[in-house]
Amino acid sequence: MLKLYDVEVHSRLLLGTARYPSPAVLAEAVKRSKTEIVTVSLRRETACGKAGGAFFELIRELGVRVLPNTAGCHSVQEAVLTAKMAREVFHTDWIKLEVIGHHDTLQPDVFGLVEAARILNGEGFQVFPYTTDDLVVAERLLEAGCRILMPWCAPIGSAIGPLNPMALRAFRANFPDVPLIVDAGIGRPSHAATVMEYGYNAVLLNTAVAGAGDPAAIAEAFALAIAAGHIAHGGVPLEPREMAVPSTPVIGKAVFT
Amino acid sequence: MTLIINGEEHEVEATTLADLLLALDYEGEWMATAVNGELVHREDRAQFRLDQRDRIEILSPMQGG
Repeated sequence: MLKLYDVEVHSRLLLGTARYPSPAVLAEAVKRSKTEIVTVSLRRETACGKAGGAFFELIRELGVRVLPNTAGCHSVQEAVLTAKMAREVFHTDWIKLEVIGHHDTLQPDVFGLVEAARILNGEGFQVFPYTTDDLVVAERLLEAGCRILMPWCAPIGSAIGPLNPMALRAFRANFPDVPLIVDAGIGRPSHAATVMEYGYNAVLLNTAVAGAGDPAAIAEAFALAIAAGHIAHGGVPLEPREMAVPSTPVIGKAVFT
Repeated sequence: MTLIINGEEHEVEATTLADLLLALDYEGEWMATAVNGELVHREDRAQFRLDQRDRIEILSPMQGG
């Protein structure tokens, strides 16, 4: 079981709900992924409450827990207000905190992130901070009251996969008791399996599923890859060696010359 | 009175936030409101009096990653 703040879940895949070809495809992907947590957002309502209501009814029917985000917020003030509005709508203290600092890479503004996290933790939120793999920023986030960390492995939506394995491994090693979720940058199930083999506790995906040719099939593949990576980490895989090692014992081998 | 609602100017007769939502035909419980950058809780909308050029944000659930 994976414990995120006071909630235990079986699935180690958190799934975003944006960019699917249709609500039906989203619903099928959620089901095939067996996720228990989906991320959602807030935007200006343009249909007198009907658009947001229809979307949220779909999510409610899927029976999953929601993790609201502050996506698109570029300042502490925006992120804090959005978090408060999300709590009003979704009735949860959970918030995926994003404070974006760079338009092209969507790199988080880590200074604003720490400040916003401190404010929100002080107001009873349970913060899931979207951050980089910087260890010092991570320490500041923990000092600010976060009990989960969500480092990127590459820019949001890039599908590049783990860009800096050494940094991700160091991050894991430095925070052995903190639930760590890789958020952003994963493109393929093999990427997800890799970071789970490093010992990450979960993976948060959106574009990698929603943008795939068959989102539901890819969602299931991710679920299997994440589970496999998690089991593999517990099984302590072999480290690579530079020389060949025969897998078949040579003792007792017949000598014909 | 002129209000800035979700970034657009509107001329309205409503004097409270609850009346404004009613006048604009907003319905449902899946909305959050803020005025001039501060959250206004659902239960406070009926008492919340609006002023000229207040900035109103009305947000509702959307797909997100």
